[in-house]
Amino acid sequence: MSIQVSHIHKRFGSFVALDDVSLDFHAGELVALLGPSGCGKTTLLRIIAGLEQADSGNVILEGEDASERHVRERQVGFVFQHYALFKHMTVFDNVAFGLRMKPRGQRPDDASIAAKVHALLDLVQLDWLADRFPSQLSGGQRQRIALARALAVEPRVLLLDEPFGALDAKVRKELRRWLRKLHDELHITSIFVTHDQEEALEVADRVVLMNHGRIEQVGTPEAVYNHPATPFVYGFLGSVNLFHGRVEDQVLQVGDASVPHATGGFASGAEVFAFARPHELSILTDPNATEGLAASVVRVLSFGVSSRVELDGRGSAAGQHFEVELPQAEVGKLALQPGQHVRLLPSRLRLFERSTPG
Amino acid sequence: MSAAPGKARRGTRFEQSAATREPAWIKWSILAASLGFFLLFVLLPLIAVFVEALRRGLAPYLAAIIEPDALAALRLTLTIAAIAVPLNLVFGIAAAWLIAKFDFRGKQLLTTLIDLPFSVSPVIVGLMYVLIFGANGWFGQWLLAHDLKVIFALPGIVIATVFVTFPFVARELIPLMQAQGREEEEAAVVLGANGWQVFWHVTLPNIKWGVIYGVVLANARAMGEFGAVSVVSGKLRGQTTTLPLQVEILYNEYNFAAAFAVASLLALLALVTLALKSWVEHRSRRADTGGSLSLEAAAAVAAANRATRTSAEKPAS
Repeated sequence: MSIQVSHIHKRFGSFVALDDVSLDFHAGELVALLGPSGCGKTTLLRIIAGLEQADSGNVILEGEDASERHVRERQVGFVFQHYALFKHMTVFDNVAFGLRMKPRGQRPDDASIAAKVHALLDLVQLDWLADRFPSQLSGGQRQRIALARALAVEPRVLLLDEPFGALDAKVRKELRRWLRKLHDELHITSIFVTHDQEEALEVADRVVLMNHGRIEQVGTPEAVYNHPATPFVYGFLGSVNLFHGRVEDQVLQVGDASVPHATGGFASGAEVFAFARPHELSILTDPNATEGLAASVVRVLSFGVSSRVELDGRGSAAGQHFEVELPQAEVGKLALQPGQHVRLLPSRLRLFERSTPG
Repeated sequence: MSAAPGKARRGTRFEQSAATREPAWIKWSILAASLGFFLLFVLLPLIAVFVEALRRGLAPYLAAIIEPDALAALRLTLTIAAIAVPLNLVFGIAAAWLIAKFDFRGKQLLTTLIDLPFSVSPVIVGLMYVLIFGANGWFGQWLLAHDLKVIFALPGIVIATVFVTFPFVARELIPLMQAQGREEEEAAVVLGANGWQVFWHVTLPNIKWGVIYGVVLANARAMGEFGAVSVVSGKLRGQTTTLPLQVEILYNEYNFAAAFAVASLLALLALVTLALKSWVEHRSRRADTGGSLSLEAAAAVAAANRATRTSAEKPAS
């Protein structure tokens, strides 16, 4: 089922949670709403579900305005961050709940309810837990049961509110992959809220980036990662190094240092923010080098495939912190010592005009 | 230290490590002080009631109890509890549900008002109802014209009792329901349950033990209430005297044996209530832990408790 939200406004007291949000979700798509806490992503999800009322604007489900429809009639499945399983019911009764609450005329008989519940528990691979109570399950198991419960009523759309937020890192990663697989099998239109950029990029077909109640960018994971539209998106989707500079012909002037910079589009003299990812910086140890920014090494973290070097700016960049990611071998060759004076040279910079908010 | 470390460990229920224990004399003096106080001011008077009641033997004791006025008082006390407690059950659940699950203007005021019966002296409660429903009160003439008796009759006693016991169920449920939040109810609504189904299948099972506990406490107070009832009852013997009032009347007539006999009856009712309460506490604790509690679940409970405490410190918006 396709979902459109158009011109949604929502405030809580003086806090603006959503400010003129319009979005299209295509049928069968898995979309992530990504943003820092307080950006309005959960509020938007709850408005789509009908658990919250928008101050103005419409929610259109399959071309039909559902703004006035009760949650009960919207046929959505909702998965909560803290599972919201019914504590006093067994796993079986939890999953059967939606079917048993149907009006007498539409309610399936006990045998077909049991068959359906077991099929769903099979789907989430937890059929052997049918007689347990939620308190006897692990967090990952609980969330899978919550998902099975939501799917029992055959929702037209699945809404997940930080579904993996309460789980530890390893389980989270496992469930992420599992959710993607499940979605590929069921093709049910799904929207999930997360503040974890890795999760959003890894799982979703499309990512909606939100900040301060507004949409910053919408696109495929590749598009938003490689072509961030705003400084916020750039900063949110990974570690960044930030420089304040001025464009001058072919170089970027950062304080008293100049950095070569090829991308055009900015007039000479324009004040800009320049961003570089940690792997886009190289370290020059030659004491006679004049290119790049002066910095001193603070710490070298060498575990994993690549090493991270933390640096403090010197001279005009004093007070700033930088992070450089290098292959292990290269770090070994550089033989960096804490306190050593080096220069940083960006291989690629992404510029945003300074007047841009964010 | 009396217990040698490492010798016959009794599990973790009793503190074993000398490093975290207080010196023995502190332990014993605290124990002695609290136990002494309890014996002197709680247990001894309770025993005294039964000793005094049975001083002249079993036969006079039974005679004092099956005396028509005493039986009438017992019947009236049970009738009042049977009316007031269910009323409070309904009001209490409704008020707690309203306060815990919805946001509205004046919520803070309502929460404060629920505590009013605890802070107002019961005698004033009684006088208040006399002022409203008494012969010279606001509605006195109207009630008289319609031949309705409230003051010095059963309705007055019931109303006063309901007022005095009002906070018990609501007070018990509000923190419980607030701690549980709205998520389970929201999940139920999304799954298609209507309001009644949500209440019956989700809300009520979650607060079941809190409800029973509140009812037991309200019942104890309903049967034992003296001040408010004493003002509105008029103390017509055999008609509007409850057990506590009957005890007072007999005592004022220097009929000590009978007074203590009736008092022992009231004390017995209280003990039964207390036993019920302990059983409920025991059961609800077992229900909370749900048999085998995993470490993770215990941590989640602790986290939830912390969250409740911090949210309780902030005023509800």
